[in-house]
Amino acid sequence: MRKLYVARSPRIAARRLGEETLVMSGQGSTLFTLNPTATILWQAADGATPLDEIVERRICSEFAVQPGEALRDAEALAEDLAKHGILLISEEPIPKPVASVQESR
Amino acid sequence: MSVLFQEASDRALQLGVPLSVQLDLTYRCNEKCVHCYLDHEDHGEMTTAEIKHLLEEMAEAGVFILTLSGGEIFLRKDFFEILEHARALTFCIKLKTNAVLIREEQAARIRDLGVESIQISIYSHRPEVHDAITKVPGSLRRSIKAIRFLKSQGLKVVIANVLMTENMHDYHEVRALGDELGVECSLDPTVTPMMDGDRSTLALNAGESTLRNLFRDEAFVGNAAEFCAPPATSNEGSMDALPCGAGHNACYVSPYGEFYPCVQFPLSCGNVREKRFIDIWRDSEQLKEVRSIRLRDLSSCSQCAHGSTCSRCPGLAFLEGNMRGPSTADCEKSFARTGIPSANLLAKKEKVSAPRLVQIQLVPALAGSRLAGMSASASAVGA
Repeated sequence: MRKLYVARSPRIAARRLGEETLVMSGQGSTLFTLNPTATILWQAADGATPLDEIVERRICSEFAVQPGEALRDAEALAEDLAKHGILLISEEPIPKPVASVQESR
Repeated sequence: MSVLFQEASDRALQLGVPLSVQLDLTYRCNEKCVHCYLDHEDHGEMTTAEIKHLLEEMAEAGVFILTLSGGEIFLRKDFFEILEHARALTFCIKLKTNAVLIREEQAARIRDLGVESIQISIYSHRPEVHDAITKVPGSLRRSIKAIRFLKSQGLKVVIANVLMTENMHDYHEVRALGDELGVECSLDPTVTPMMDGDRSTLALNAGESTLRNLFRDEAFVGNAAEFCAPPATSNEGSMDALPCGAGHNACYVSPYGEFYPCVQFPLSCGNVREKRFIDIWRDSEQLKEVRSIRLRDLSSCSQCAHGSTCSRCPGLAFLEGNMRGPSTADCEKSFARTGIPSANLLAKKEKVSAPRLVQIQLVPALAGSRLAGMSASASAVGA
């Protein structure tokens, strides 16, 4: 089974607002709001932890959801966010950029 | 404002989060604009370390939109160090500048750092008008050149034009210049008093007939009939509405660390050099007072026909002497828009036209005597 790695794009702006996260993409100044589940995935997207591990440890443990179903949803979300340039996806671990962006607060 | 951003602003309001902050890095400037509200002397700007620390406190407090402004931000030698730190803290950054110091190298760095937008002041398409306002020969040429550098990097640029007596015939051409450069263009029809209360700059305001024409210009206001329609009657909802985000989900910090509800609302709420940003935001008595004000509490505005639709600026009201009072600049805009005078304008008119029935004056012969304090005479004087 292929492993997917996800990392937050260094070109975006982001901030937690309550249980949600605001993300501004550099592409066309588009604002996104991530719901609480997407926020968990976003925060865990460090480029080093595989997506299936994030789902198992952070999402399945928090929500009553089957791992297979949760992973399919997480992959769809990750691909959607990647299309907008706010998440990076790779089958290899993603190194942090030199000017590292700190954890989104 | 997008629907999503409006929802985020409302959510920030509910949660008590300062979603948006303007931080002025310096009041020093390389232009000396005739309408500027600032004192350009340096009275002790925050150091690089102080600003970095403040940015960390702001990120911790939930600030998302960070507008870096001045003065001219590029006069700070540490500007890019500050900007890099701010982006590492994942702020959404907007810059306000005259852009005179931006060359290709600076434009590329701004792009690399993921700045959301750059607002640049352009007052006219004619160098003789723009440069007379900035008092810097060649400034229009340099600002336009900088816009081209920034656009070539794919950055979002917004031209900010302030309408005043000096440039009131040029706003269509400034917009055409914006179209040619491929940038948005905003037009602000209000010249504000200086932050120290000096109101001499108000003489530059464009006047009622210019405003009236502007508000009927569909290129600027969209549907003019709708924009200029008589105001709806105030209802319970509008009486409880907030005037704006100042102090509610937005605020301002000066180069000296002074914390105000807004750049146009110089009510000192504390200083970030002495207290944590979040402590001032949460605990300042001044901010609590600002947050308590609703339309129903405003003695003049609550009775005004424009109550529900007025763009009353609480900061301009404060600069006029009473944050619970009317903002005459906004009354004048409402009048120019609808032809209906505000309660404040009617009261002013009555005051001017009413005969002064009693005038108190000293009787010269007694002025020096020990009775001087009681030596008033009353006489009926017509207006």
